[in-house]
Amino acid sequence: MKPIFRRGNALGLQLFLLVGIAITLMIVDYHTVYLKYLRQALSVAVSPFQYAVHMPIQLVQRVKEQLRSRQAILDDNQALLNEQRLLQSKLQKLAALEQENTRLRHLLNSPTLFISDKVLVAELLQADADPYVHRLVLNKGDKDGVFIGQPVLDADGVMGQIVEVGPVTSVALLITDISHALPVENQRNGMRTIVTGTGSWEELELSHVTPTMDVQVGDEIVTSGLGQRFIRGYPVGEVVSITPEEGQAFLRVKIKPAAQLDKSREVLLIWPQITASDMTLSSEENNEENAHEQ
Amino acid sequence: MKKTRTNSEWLLISCTFVIAFLLTIIPLPPIAQWFRPEWVALVLIYWVLTTPSLVGMGIAFSVGLLLDGLRGGLLGQYALVFTLMAFITLKLHRRLSLFPIWQQAVCVFLIIIGGQLVVAWTRGLIGQAPMGNMFWLAALTSMVLWPWLYLLINDYRRRPL
Repeated sequence: MKPIFRRGNALGLQLFLLVGIAITLMIVDYHTVYLKYLRQALSVAVSPFQYAVHMPIQLVQRVKEQLRSRQAILDDNQALLNEQRLLQSKLQKLAALEQENTRLRHLLNSPTLFISDKVLVAELLQADADPYVHRLVLNKGDKDGVFIGQPVLDADGVMGQIVEVGPVTSVALLITDISHALPVENQRNGMRTIVTGTGSWEELELSHVTPTMDVQVGDEIVTSGLGQRFIRGYPVGEVVSITPEEGQAFLRVKIKPAAQLDKSREVLLIWPQITASDMTLSSEENNEENAHEQ
Repeated sequence: MKKTRTNSEWLLISCTFVIAFLLTIIPLPPIAQWFRPEWVALVLIYWVLTTPSLVGMGIAFSVGLLLDGLRGGLLGQYALVFTLMAFITLKLHRRLSLFPIWQQAVCVFLIIIGGQLVVAWTRGLIGQAPMGNMFWLAALTSMVLWPWLYLLINDYRRRPL
C-alpha cells in the first residue's frame, strides 16, 4: 500500500479547502441564484441515471399494456367514450358560462379575454427518495419551454409548481411539501386563505382560519389566482375536518388534496394566459362601486 | 502494465459508483424507503479504505456534488458530508483496514450516521423539512450491508488480475 503518511499535513489542508468550498457553495446557493448554471449542468449530468431507472419501469408498464385482455381494453374504451361525452356536454355549458361572464364583465367595464391555456404532458422521472421532501423530477425542461413558477396539475387537481428548470428535466415542488404555500379560496363563499403543505401525502392545512370565518366540512377549495402563479379556479382539495386548537387563535382545518399526488405518473404543465381582469382586482372593485352609484 | 492496472481500477471504481447512484434513486414502496442504505456513501468508504491513493477527498467532494444534483438539496450539502466522511476514513484507514469486518461495519455505521447528522443540521439551518425520526435506519441497513459489499468488491477485484 502506497504510504500516504507523508501527506499527513496536506490532508488537513485539503479538508479545510474542500469544506470551505462546500460551505461557500451552500451559502451562495441559499442566498443567490448565481449557481443556476451549475445546477443545470448537474441536472444534465445526472439525467442519464434518472432515465436509466425510469426505462425499466416504463418497459414493464408497456409489457403490461400489451398483455391486457381484449375484453379489458374494450371495456376501457367504452368507459372513456362515455366520459368523453359527459365532458363534452360540460364543455358546452362552460362555453355558455364564459360568454355570460364576458357580457357581465363588459357591463362592469372590466376588460376580459378568455384564451384556453396551453398544456403539456410530462412524465415523472423520479420522485424524491426522501419521503419527507415532496419534489418530482419531470422529463420536460427548458427546451420545452418550462419555466420557474409554472403550475403543475394532474387530471384531478393542483399538484404543485416548477421550482427548478434544467435543459432536459425540471423539478416540481408539490403542494404537500412543508415549504409550499398556495393562495386559495373557498368555492362556496369566496373566502380567501392560504393552503400549506404538512409533509403528509394525504393532508394539507388551511392557515390562519379564525373561528368567525365561514368554513364547513365538504367545502371545495380552489386556487384563487392571487400571487399570479396559479390561475384561478383549479381544484386544490376538499375540507375534511375542522378542529379548534387548545389555546390557539386559529382553527386546524385539514384538506384532502384533490390530485393523486403520490400516484400520478403523468402530469400536466400549464401555460396560463393571465388576463387583465385577474391582475386588477382593486380596479374591479372600483368599477363595482361605480356601477352601484349609477 | 501499471497503467492498465490503474485504468481497469478506475473503470471498476466508476462502475461501482454508477450502480450506487442507480440504487439510490430506484423507486421503492414508501415503507421500504426508510430502509434504503446509503449506497453511494458505502461505495465511497470502501474505495477510500482500500485505495486511498486513488480515491481521496477530491473524488468524495465531486461525488457528493453529483448526489446534490440528484437529491435536490442545497448544492454542497452532500459534497461537504462526503468530504468529511472521506477525511475520517483517510485518517483512520490504517487501523480500519486491519479491523475484523464486523468492527469495520460498526465504524461505517458511525461514519454514515455522522454524515446524516450533518445533513440534518444543514437542513435545519436553512429551514428545509426535517428528515423524520427514522433516518438512522438507513445507516443501520448500510452497516448490515457493509460486509457483503466489502467482500463482493474484493472478490471481484481478485478475479480478473
